Amino acid sequence: MATTKTETQNLSLKRESPLNRLRKEWAGVLILLLLAAFPFLFAWFSGTSVTDGPSRFWQGLMITFFIMAVYAMSYDLLIGYTGILSFGHAAFFGGGAYTMALWLTHAVPVISSRYRITLPGGANITEVVLFVAGILLVVLVVTLLGLLFSAASARVRGVYFAMISLAMAEALHILSKATDFVRWTGADEGLHGVPVPAWINPTQNRLLFYFVALAFALIMYLLVRRIVDSPAGRVFVAIRENESRVRMIGYNPVVFRSIAFVTAAVIAGLAGALFSLWNMSATPTMTGAIMTINALIMTILGGIGTLVGPILGAGLMQIVGQFFYQWFGPRWPLVFGLIFIALVIFLPYGVIGTWRQKRYAWKRAIQKMFGKG
Amino acid sequence: MTVEGEILLEARSLRKEFGGLVAVDDVNIQIRERTLHSIIGPNGAGKTTLFNLLSGMMRPTRGQVYYRGRDITNLPPHRIAHLGIGRSFQITNIFPNLTVLENIRLAAQALGKDNFRLFRPAGSFRQYEEKAYAVVKRVGLQGREFDLALNLPHGDKRKLELGIMLAGEPQLLLLDEPTAGMSSEQVPALLEIIHSIMADGDKTIVLVEHRMDMVMSISDRITVMHQGQILAEGTPQEIARNQTVQSAYLGELYGDLAADLEDKDGQR
Repeated sequence: MATTKTETQNLSLKRESPLNRLRKEWAGVLILLLLAAFPFLFAWFSGTSVTDGPSRFWQGLMITFFIMAVYAMSYDLLIGYTGILSFGHAAFFGGGAYTMALWLTHAVPVISSRYRITLPGGANITEVVLFVAGILLVVLVVTLLGLLFSAASARVRGVYFAMISLAMAEALHILSKATDFVRWTGADEGLHGVPVPAWINPTQNRLLFYFVALAFALIMYLLVRRIVDSPAGRVFVAIRENESRVRMIGYNPVVFRSIAFVTAAVIAGLAGALFSLWNMSATPTMTGAIMTINALIMTILGGIGTLVGPILGAGLMQIVGQFFYQWFGPRWPLVFGLIFIALVIFLPYGVIGTWRQKRYAWKRAIQKMFGKG
Repeated sequence: MTVEGEILLEARSLRKEFGGLVAVDDVNIQIRERTLHSIIGPNGAGKTTLFNLLSGMMRPTRGQVYYRGRDITNLPPHRIAHLGIGRSFQITNIFPNLTVLENIRLAAQALGKDNFRLFRPAGSFRQYEEKAYAVVKRVGLQGREFDLALNLPHGDKRKLELGIMLAGEPQLLLLDEPTAGMSSEQVPALLEIIHSIMADGDKTIVLVEHRMDMVMSISDRITVMHQGQILAEGTPQEIARNQTVQSAYLGELYGDLAADLEDKDGQR
């Protein structure tokens, strides 16, 4: 028993000092600093102003990358960690985007023309309160959507669930295109010119929006990382590995699958809401099957079940995609598709996933060579 | 070896049909507390199906299961696990891409109150990890803690299978052929684990097993199943002497064994 005790103490997580933690995650911190400095570095290197020209354009690309990275991570939580194959992820992203856009376009102007919310000092905070209310509304709507999906996943598994999730997302897609609601949603055209509050307006202050999107991505990454390492997150992984045994050792998989779904839905929904703010619009493409396929491509490209992988996948798709567009014109997805096929063949576990595996194999080979163990 | 204790688990005219096939045919069985009760019988006798019914994995066509006098017939498996019934599988049923420690830790965590914590690292709940280490030691997997379960040799996978079950601290253990696929050299280690479980003094084991020498030596009571029905029940000596059992299952191969047991009886 004595040895067990010391082993436990050596191996388990001790409370680390924040400085020690920073040191361990130096790569992540470095990347974060680079991303934070990116607008200024770019302006400096290209000799342009931080607020317009190519700087502005590249900041825009990075903003899309940050939002897509969060969207891809939320998908990884389902496919990579919990082992749920869902083809309906666009429903959460588009649901969040439409909720925010509809709220800002139709509800906020009416409410703010009738009511004023002020602080005791007299400052008018109506706009901020209504914006926060919008975010809460997004969370509420996508939570309900997530519960709807998990209710379906309680009944059917695997490919059958994939089909049902596709059907449910398509239903929402059709709803977003329906001419019956053209007054509200703009039908095929979508909602454009969404009145985004001035303080977070991407056209008026893009640099600020850049940092909002970066902070959003950082917070969501830390949150998802926390969740997958939590007791509940470990059960997600166990469900992926062997659902029947999970049940036999005393967990109700239906409950845990629902938690995974709602979490993924809320994160994807928030990403969608930010995307609608960024584009100042909500369009049927955001609820469409292509949107789900994008999540799938980004996740597979980077490596499913790695969390960092989908971020990298989103980066590849947005940034490399932009270069491809410059080189190959509008046919760039064709080239990208060919490269995607090659990557899937040669890096079957995605960029990050394959790298992690190889690194492990190399480590073992080196240990063997030098006679350790 | 005497039968002791209250009735812990009871099946009353339990029946399971698959289409036209009656896998478990109106079985009545009583498992008493703190005994090792073996269920034997040829392949297809319905032993595993009976386990599936007792552990909630399958719903019976008819009949009831009582645990400590409570009807658990239609409870889902995770609820049954929480009542203190653990089960191991004949076909190894583990979490292949997780480490040995995590396999066991998950089972230890299952019966705690922290399953729904989303924002604290699982590693900070030390009690489950310490429990997992103790179980690793108990089933003899020290040094293997950080190996992926899928990389274990077969014998160690069988130990892990038991470890996952033990981490849930069940009072009643349903062991479905724990030595399945093991070579005879690997069996003693497993036997030792079973002995250590019984040595706890508060555990009850129901064992399905094909190794007759093992069954005869460790069981307090044996039930023989044949074609979904119970053929005989009794102490190992009674079963070994039973003519019906001998002709139906044990056959000539175990005639010697029976004679052996008779001799021992005579010496006493």
